Amino acid sequence: MLDAAILGAVLASIVAAATTLLLASLGELVAERAGTLNLGVEGMMIVGAAVGYATAYGTGSLLLGTLAAILAGMALSLVFAGLAIWLATNQVASGLATTILGLGVAGLIGAPFVGTRLDGAPALKVPGLTDLPVIGQMLFGQDAFVYASLVLLAAVTYGLARTRVGLVLRAVGESHAAAHALGHPVRRIRTLAVMFGGACAGLAGAHLSLAYTPFWASDMTAGRGWIALALVVFSAWKPLWLLAGAYLFGAVSILQLHVQGFGLGIPSQLLSALPYLATIVALVAISALKRGQGAPASLGVPFVPDR
Amino acid sequence: MAENVPANALPASLLEAVGLTKRFGALLANDHVSLAIRAGETHALLGENGAGKSTLVKMMCGLLQPDSGELLYDGAPIVFPDPATSRARGVGVVFQHFALFDALTVVENVALGLAGHEPLATLAARIEDCVHRYGLSVEPYRRVGELSVGERQRVEIVRCLLGNPRVLILDEPTSVLTPDESESLFRTVDLLTGEGRAVLFISHKLDEVRRLCHRATVLRGGKFIAEVDPKTETASSLARLMVGAEVPRTPRSVTHALGEPRLLVNKLNVAGDGSRGSALHDIHLEIRAGEIVGIAGVAGNGQTTLFEALSGEKPVVDQEAIIIDKVAAGGLGPTERRALKAGFVPEERLGHAAAPDMRLSDNVLLTTHGDGEIVRLGIIRRSALLARFQEIVKRFDVRFGGKDPKARRLSGGNLQKFVIGREVLREPVLIVVDQPTWGVDAAAAAFIRTTLRQKAAEGCAVLVISQDLDELLEFTDRIAVMSEGRLTAPVPVAETSREAIGLAMGGAQAAGEGTHAA
Repeated sequence: MLDAAILGAVLASIVAAATTLLLASLGELVAERAGTLNLGVEGMMIVGAAVGYATAYGTGSLLLGTLAAILAGMALSLVFAGLAIWLATNQVASGLATTILGLGVAGLIGAPFVGTRLDGAPALKVPGLTDLPVIGQMLFGQDAFVYASLVLLAAVTYGLARTRVGLVLRAVGESHAAAHALGHPVRRIRTLAVMFGGACAGLAGAHLSLAYTPFWASDMTAGRGWIALALVVFSAWKPLWLLAGAYLFGAVSILQLHVQGFGLGIPSQLLSALPYLATIVALVAISALKRGQGAPASLGVPFVPDR
Repeated sequence: MAENVPANALPASLLEAVGLTKRFGALLANDHVSLAIRAGETHALLGENGAGKSTLVKMMCGLLQPDSGELLYDGAPIVFPDPATSRARGVGVVFQHFALFDALTVVENVALGLAGHEPLATLAARIEDCVHRYGLSVEPYRRVGELSVGERQRVEIVRCLLGNPRVLILDEPTSVLTPDESESLFRTVDLLTGEGRAVLFISHKLDEVRRLCHRATVLRGGKFIAEVDPKTETASSLARLMVGAEVPRTPRSVTHALGEPRLLVNKLNVAGDGSRGSALHDIHLEIRAGEIVGIAGVAGNGQTTLFEALSGEKPVVDQEAIIIDKVAAGGLGPTERRALKAGFVPEERLGHAAAPDMRLSDNVLLTTHGDGEIVRLGIIRRSALLARFQEIVKRFDVRFGGKDPKARRLSGGNLQKFVIGREVLREPVLIVVDQPTWGVDAAAAAFIRTTLRQKAAEGCAVLVISQDLDELLEFTDRIAVMSEGRLTAPVPVAETSREAIGLAMGGAQAAGEGTHAA
C-alpha cells in the first residue's frame, strides 16, 4: 500500500516535525541544568516565530529573519532572567508570565501578516544521496534548521559532559551555594544559560514560521513549548534522550495525520491529541522508572547571595 | 596575652583581622573582632554556636564583606571581594557544610575549585600525589554522593591543598568525624604546619584544641574575649572563657527501677533509595521505662532513616518490627503513634519540628492535635491551646521577643526548648529525640538534658540520637552505635569508653586502621 516514495516523504516530515521540539528543548535543558526552570518556552518560541516571519517578510531574507527570531527569543528570556534570577521571584510564576507576555506580543507583531505566505527555507539537497529510496529525503533533503538542530545537539552534549564551561554550568545547577562559595558567578552563569534557552526557543519559532509551516498564525506554536518542557523532564536532563523524545512526538504527530487520512472513523480530535498523549505517557513511564533521578538539585530554587 | 615564646622567635602574622565588624539587621554578629594567624602555627578559634565564628571566617575569605575593620595579609591591607580572590591569594577554607556537588565525581569537584583549566586526567594524578603526601585517602573517580562525611571532608581538603594555600581554614572539621578520622586529620594538620603553612582550626571541642593548637582566640556573643595559649589552659578555664560563666553539668543519673519495655525494635529493615545512609539493616533495640538509650554515630549512617521509621514518617512493612508500649506499630502513621503516647523530636527544628512562618502557639498544634484535648471534633479550642502554650513557655523557660512570634524568630536553643517542652507536656511514655542539643548554647543544652533525665526518672523511655559522643556519655544509661545502617547492641555507659565507641563508629573497616593509629 505504501510505496517507497510515500514512506520517504513520511519519514522526512517526521524529522521536520521533531526539529522544532528538539531545538526548543535543547535550550531549556541547558537553562535547567544551570538550575533555572523557565516556563516561558512557549512564549519565547512564538515571539521568535512572529519576529522571524515579520523580518523575513519585510526584508525578503530568511537568514535575517532567523537571526531576528533568535534575538527576539533572547530578549524575552532576559525579561524572565531579570525577574527570576536577579530579583529572585518565583520561577514558575515568572515563567508563566513570560509565556503570556510572549503570546500577546507575538499576536501584536504578527497581526499585519495574517493570511500572507512566504517561500519557506529550501531543502538542502545533495546530488545523488537525496534521491536514495526511503531514507534519502529524510537524511539529505532537509532544510538548514534540521541540520542546525543536530549540530546543536552534538555541541550541547559534548559541551555539558566534556568542557569546563559545561562542568561549571552543571555545578551551578547542582548546588548554587557551593558554586558561589567556590567563586563562580552563579547568577551570571544562570542568565547566560537562560539566554541560550531563549535563543534556542527563538530559533525553534523561526523553524516553525520560516520552514515547517511558512506562514503566520497567531497560535501556531500550538503548545509545542510545553511539550519541549516536558521532554526535558522525560529525558532526565540528558540531551541524547531529548532526540528520542522529540522524534517520538514528531512520529506520532505525522502518523496520526495519515491515519486521519484513511478515514477510520476515529474522532480527529482524539487523533490530534495523540502526540501529546503519547509523549506524556512515555514521560510518566520513564520518570516512574527513574524516580526523579537526574534532576539538577538546585532546579527552580532562586539564588540569593547572603551579603 | 599569654605568650610563652620569646618575641624574636615569632614569625610575622600571615593573615590578620583587625577590628572586623559585621551586622545583620539587629544582630551584631561580629563586634570589632581581631585575630592574627602566623605561618607554621595551628591557631584555634573557639566559641559557642552563635559566637560569630562562621561570620568571622566568611569575612576572612571574602564570602562576606565586613561593615568596618580590615584584613592584613603579609602585613599589608587587603580586600577579598569574593572567595575566588582569597583562594588565588592563598587562603583556602573547608566549610562545615561542604561546598561539594553530590552528582559530580571527586575530580570534577576539585576542578571546579581551581582557577586554571586542566585536563581531568592530569588533575586526577595530582590528587593522588596530594593524597599520598598528606595521608588523606580519596579516590578521584568516585561520585561525591556515595562518599561518607569524612571522605567528603578529605575531598574538600585536597581541593584546597591543590591550590597550594598558605593559610588553611578548617571550620568545625571534627564535628563530623569519628575519633579515628579526627586523629588522622590532626596528623595532616601537623604535616601542613610543618611545611610553614598556617592553619585556623575552628572548634568548640576543648580537648582537641588543647592538643593540637598553638594559640587560641576565644569569641563570645560576637566579641573578642581573649587570646590564650591553649596548652597552658585547662578545659574548664577555656570553657569559662567561651561560655562566660561556669558550665552547668547535668546531674548524674539517679538509680531507679526500670519498668516495662516501651519501645521494641525487632528486625527492622528499610530499603535505601541508593543515597548514603538511607538503608537500615536488621535493627534490634529494646528500651524500658525509666532508661535513656543513646545512639552514637557519624551523620549519614542511617540515623535519619531510623528516626523516620520510628516516628512513622517512613512506612515500615513489617507490623511487628516496631512495637510501642506493647502495640505493634510498624504500619501506623505519626499521629497514630502519638496516640500510643510516643513523642518525637526530629533533628531539624525549623521546617521539620516547627513550621517557620507559623506563630509559636500554632506550632503547639503540630503534635498535639490528635490528643483530644486541644482539638475536639475538628475545632481548635483556642483557650486550651493558649494555656498549653503558656505552660510550655513558662516551664521550659522559652525566651523570645513579642507575645507570640513566628517560630523562625526564636534562637536555636529557645526553639529547641519549646519543641522538647511541647512533647514532654504531652506526658509521653516514649520520647525519641534526634540531636537534642545541636547548635544549642551550653546552658540550654544542660537544661534539655536535665529535662530528659527527669522524664526518664518519672518512668518515660527516652531514645537519644546524637553525634556528640560526650553528650551521650554524660547523660545516657546505655549507648548503641550506628554505622552503615547497622546498630550495635547497647552497652551500659559505665562499661564502655570513648575509644570503644569510636572504633564502632568507624565500622568494622576502620577498626583495622584504628589499631595502628592508637
